[in-house]
Amino acid sequence: MNLFSEAGTLGTRMRKLVLFLLTTIIFVIPSAAQTDWIRTGTGLGVEKVRIAVPDFKTSSTDPPNAELLKTFNDTLFNDLTYAGIFDVVSKSFYPLQIPGTPQEIQLEPWGNPPPNAAMVAFGNFGKSGDDVAMQGWLFDVKNIASPQVLGKQYREKATTENARVIAHRFANEIIFRLGGGIPGIAESKIAFISARTGHKEVWMMDYDGAGQTQLTKLGSISLSPRISPDNGRVAFTTFARGGVDLAMYSLELGRTVTFPRFAGTNVSPAWSADGTKLAFSSSMRGDPEIFIADANGANPKRVTANKGGNVSPVWNPKTGTQIAFVSGRSGLPQIYTMESDGTNLQQVTDGGYAVSPSWSPNGQFLAFAWRRKYGPGAPGGQDIYVMDIASKQWVQLTHDSGVNDFPSWSPDGRHIVFESTRSAGTQIWTMLADGSQQRQLTNSGHNQQPNWSFK
Amino acid sequence: MNVSAQSKSYFAVSTLAILLFIAGCHKKAAPTPAAPPPPPPAPTASISASPNAVERGGTSQLTWRTENATDVTIEGVGKVDPNGSKEVNPTESTSYRLVAKGPGGQQDATARITVTAPPPPPVATPAPVSMTDEQWFTQNVKDVFFDYDSYQLRPDAQQIIAADARALSQKPNLRVLVQGHCDERGSTEYNLTLGDERAAAIKNALVAAGVPASRIDTRTFGKEQPFCTESGEACWQQNRRGHFVANR
Repeated sequence: MNLFSEAGTLGTRMRKLVLFLLTTIIFVIPSAAQTDWIRTGTGLGVEKVRIAVPDFKTSSTDPPNAELLKTFNDTLFNDLTYAGIFDVVSKSFYPLQIPGTPQEIQLEPWGNPPPNAAMVAFGNFGKSGDDVAMQGWLFDVKNIASPQVLGKQYREKATTENARVIAHRFANEIIFRLGGGIPGIAESKIAFISARTGHKEVWMMDYDGAGQTQLTKLGSISLSPRISPDNGRVAFTTFARGGVDLAMYSLELGRTVTFPRFAGTNVSPAWSADGTKLAFSSSMRGDPEIFIADANGANPKRVTANKGGNVSPVWNPKTGTQIAFVSGRSGLPQIYTMESDGTNLQQVTDGGYAVSPSWSPNGQFLAFAWRRKYGPGAPGGQDIYVMDIASKQWVQLTHDSGVNDFPSWSPDGRHIVFESTRSAGTQIWTMLADGSQQRQLTNSGHNQQPNWSFK
Repeated sequence: MNVSAQSKSYFAVSTLAILLFIAGCHKKAAPTPAAPPPPPPAPTASISASPNAVERGGTSQLTWRTENATDVTIEGVGKVDPNGSKEVNPTESTSYRLVAKGPGGQQDATARITVTAPPPPPVATPAPVSMTDEQWFTQNVKDVFFDYDSYQLRPDAQQIIAADARALSQKPNLRVLVQGHCDERGSTEYNLTLGDERAAAIKNALVAAGVPASRIDTRTFGKEQPFCTESGEACWQQNRRGHFVANR
């Protein structure tokens, strides 16, 4: 018995090692091509910058702003913790003297153990009249002569929402500066489907799960929301129009807008990165095939012609000319890629049940849901995988934790949002693109099919 | 006596303390979990009716269970205990919707009791005129079932469709909606296309058996409206279905 569990531990260790090696192969070698990641040394799988983020000092005691200050501090700390490029120093290691301005900071206690920080983000935040104002700095602790890397100030109407917005903006500045010039995602959005009202409606939330807001009120079944690249519209599928149809919600107008109704079943819309085209699955001419139409639904053209469902197209956001999609043409659904005119078809997965592709912003990877071994009693579950398209090497990101589906890449390519049944009901989770830092964003009712905005 | 009992309990306490200390020593420092504090658990709800088909005037037993719910209602019945059962005698086919609300959200579940007309009296009479088209439809146009990830019509499904086509020829004015349903496994989007293909396969077979295509509409439900919500093959088979509805 004891021996057995020892062997199990060893097996787990071996698996972890293999996983680590695969992660290294896939994420470090390709990122070597991006010279800025190497120069700053902050890419995934590369040494992370050790940063201290002491609570910002209040800049006014009258009127009181403890609640706004706490919202700001929590949001900034979480943004940097989950950015994927930092090793955020635990607050318990911080020196007792917390700086609110550059005049107040002593660099040595921050650079020495225990904090041992390379960077410190600090500042002050407070109400002034109807507004809240923030002053924030980023200091390079080891550069005694000229430590300031960044100095920023923001001012907005004093609301909880704005305390969060200001924290997101400052976090994005720090991430942009220390993360190889890739813009932060703290102001990005996630569209999703929630059944918490009793009907499946389209909802939207901030990237960290805050501000969950219902968009549609159709009282029917709505599915597969996809945010347009300019953040102006959400394309989705709905049962509310009599069949199973595409529909369009305008975020600017705050309502659904006209969109043509096609014959047959029309599902899984996908925006091209330039926002001019929609790919989707339609059985308007018989079998479910991939179609491409203009963004307003005009001129639908069929690009596949194979019996067996063809569905869930996604565009390569880098080239704008390739499409990955799911097809059941050879039995259980597999993932394929093709040019957007239907040529150069390639099968990407080689077995099991593979669905829900999402194309990484740099065009290099596909994330998808895969049940690799299929059949009665087969081991393993439905998990999220990432594949390097050129080499077809893949990494498994979720393990032994419910049914996982609908991965969607963040705009910076460092994060993946997905749905999972591992906790109560189906909920939305995020993780870094190496599978670490998995955290739950929703908990009310059932929530599914997350889609991360383009920016 | 008293002293001895006391020293015994001292001994027990100190042993426990030592054990805890040792256990503590052995424990490796666990990595700090990245997960946020656990959210309030979402409520769960299930409801069933036994039997789920009665003749008019008959009674059926509703049984429901919920967890993590503070406010539980059944539409048409009212506020009820979190877990319980109740006898009902609906006069027509009724869906009982159980709504469980709690701090973690809302969950609902539905049980349907189909009320059928009583059998015709022994005296031979022509088909009862009181029977609605829907009742006739439920009795005569039977659902068909599919294998996993398949829209091929099995031999049993082909027989049922042949009988359905004969029945439909007796009511040439009735329109039919064929719904394609799938089990809970696999992706929401892929299952929508699978349900579409199931409904289309049934429509093609009905047309081949002489039912005019213009009478038949199809609609996929993917895995959105299961007939049965448990995990397991018995339930999944119920959900891999072509379901017929009288369409006006």
